[in-house]
Amino acid sequence: MSKGILVWAEVTRENYLHPVTFELAGKAVELASKMDETPVIGLLCSKPNLIGEFKDAFKHNGFDKVVYVAEEKLEEYKTDLYAQAAIDAIKTIDPEIILMGATTQGRDLAPRISMSLHTGLTADCTALDINEDGKLAATRPTFGGQLMATILSKNSPQMATVRPKVFRPNYLDSEKDTIFIKHGVDLSNKNSSIEILDFKKKLCSDINDLDSADIIVAGGKGMQSKEGFDLLRQFADKLGGSVAASRTAVELGLAPQQCQVGQTGKTVTPKLYIACGISGALQHVVGMENSEKIIAINNDKDAPIFNVADYGFVGDVFDVIPQLINSL
Amino acid sequence: MNIILCIKQVPDTTDIKWTENNTIQREGLESVVNPYDVYALESALDLKSRYEDINISALTMGPSQAEKALRKVIALGADKGILLCDKKFAGADTYATAKTIAAAIKSKLQDYDLILCGQFAVDGDTAQTGPGIATFLDIPQVTYVKEIVEYTRGYVTVIRETDEGLEKIRVKLPAVICILKGEFETTRPTINGIIRAQKSKILKYGIDDIPLCPVETGLKGSPTYVSRAFRALKRDVNCKFIGDVKELVQVINSVRGKHE
Ligand SMILES: Cc1cc2nc3c(=O)[nH]c(=O)nc-3n(C[C@H](O)[C@H](O)[C@H](O)COP(=O)(O)OP(=O)(O)OC[C@H]3O[C@@H](n4cnc5c(N)ncnc54)[C@H](O)[C@@H]3O)c2cc1C
Repeated sequence: MSKGILVWAEVTRENYLHPVTFELAGKAVELASKMDETPVIGLLCSKPNLIGEFKDAFKHNGFDKVVYVAEEKLEEYKTDLYAQAAIDAIKTIDPEIILMGATTQGRDLAPRISMSLHTGLTADCTALDINEDGKLAATRPTFGGQLMATILSKNSPQMATVRPKVFRPNYLDSEKDTIFIKHGVDLSNKNSSIEILDFKKKLCSDINDLDSADIIVAGGKGMQSKEGFDLLRQFADKLGGSVAASRTAVELGLAPQQCQVGQTGKTVTPKLYIACGISGALQHVVGMENSEKIIAINNDKDAPIFNVADYGFVGDVFDVIPQLINSL
Repeated sequence: MNIILCIKQVPDTTDIKWTENNTIQREGLESVVNPYDVYALESALDLKSRYEDINISALTMGPSQAEKALRKVIALGADKGILLCDKKFAGADTYATAKTIAAAIKSKLQDYDLILCGQFAVDGDTAQTGPGIATFLDIPQVTYVKEIVEYTRGYVTVIRETDEGLEKIRVKLPAVICILKGEFETTRPTINGIIRAQKSKILKYGIDDIPLCPVETGLKGSPTYVSRAFRALKRDVNCKFIGDVKELVQVINSVRGKHE
């Protein structure tokens, strides 16, 4: 029997479990079915007394077991303390595979864990599978999203990070009889080398919106100005959607960084993505091509965005969008 | 303060040509200094303009051509260049790269306070080498840093941009800091810089200079390997062009499940 697939349970600053935890759990259950009697194990490192709040969520998302480390010093995410707690627990669990969210937390922590355990880590995967040898085959984009590479690890545990929204959670109506095990790690003598002096929550709530938005209205350089983005905001409000942006629009200061979609921004999968004045560079497309439907509005009929769009409208955004706002 | 700036020479990913077999045509591919490493250089130069006695040593591991990247950052204001170059280093994944760089720093450049890396490399985009170097040197790391606010003896204070917001963090030195794009003016090489870059002697170290065996470096020392590489699949659609706004409204309404 295999020792299991471990899923990192990411606790956010506001003390909820990041949805990527359940997306990974859904995938882990699927991968485990291709392996030999492999349990899906959650690892939660947090301040004390959080586990109780999460038990139901773990049970409904297919976890066979959850190992939790509950320490005062884990109140806030700090790389060194979290790495120590996680590595200690992982050595005891000895899993075959470790999956973590490719969030800022996951991408900060995962390499610290993999390097300490002298094993391989594949970052930011878009597909995971078990190959004929029973190994984790992790596929990720490289070269600015233009080349896909399937990567294997010679060592164990085999580790991968996956962005939010790449996989879908598999919520079970019935509860699994998940086993909860407390793992003690002594951090009393350990002081973090970092001190968090201050925290400012992001003003643009689009960050969370984008993750769950059904409709996204995205603007590029073609929106020209902040006023152009105000127009998009109105358009999005009409549709009950969120606003996103291309990197060029972000670089020009038309929209905040957290609205950026693409290779160096967010990956989004709404039901409808409306690209306005976006050319459709591959680095942008990799972040939105899994949207269910894509509509592109661009005044250049040869813009590459039309190659990925289900519907295209050739025209000036400043002409079309006000009409849409009035008619919707 | 002694800063080690880790840089990588990367192919210009905006200019990729494909062969008939859907592999990347590597000949003729232009090389550039990874843009995020340039941001890291800019934050180092910013420190240099604000504090006395800041020394910037640029370090890269790569083929002998990577010397060009070192001279480029010297022209932009780095003080010297160090090239880790050996056939035995070739084919390294992030684990072997971080291990080799850390071994070189430990044995050849002990006297450092701050290691700066770009947050990502645009070719691989793994964001792992910086944390890896920190792990092998057993020093703290701060990733996703937008700005280095302050340097006081033994500490730096930085602004870190996470998915949730901005953290102001004070970290004890020595530490590894990985830099995101900040709000810097793009640095341009100066005439003096270019002359200095041409004259600079690049320090070179190979496998015999660092305390690692050949099996620990390069392809052999890498736990991961690429089993398959293929061209990213395009979304398989045929775009339906719409002629008037009325019809567009209908399409939008039908997709969002609203009928009139
Ligand atoms: C390593 C790397 C990572 C990157 N990561 C990302 C990423 O994460 N996300 C991202 O988006 N990009 C990313 N990029 C940048 C990407 O390559 C493109 O440069 C960028 O997406 C272009 O943005 P754009 O479409 O807004 O601008 P442009 O390419 O300039 O396109 C503007 C479009 O607007 C149209 N237009 C202009 N005026 C009007 C009008 N009045 N009405 C209608 N249409 C109009 C034009 O026809 C044009 O098609 C990355 C690049 C690199 C090298």
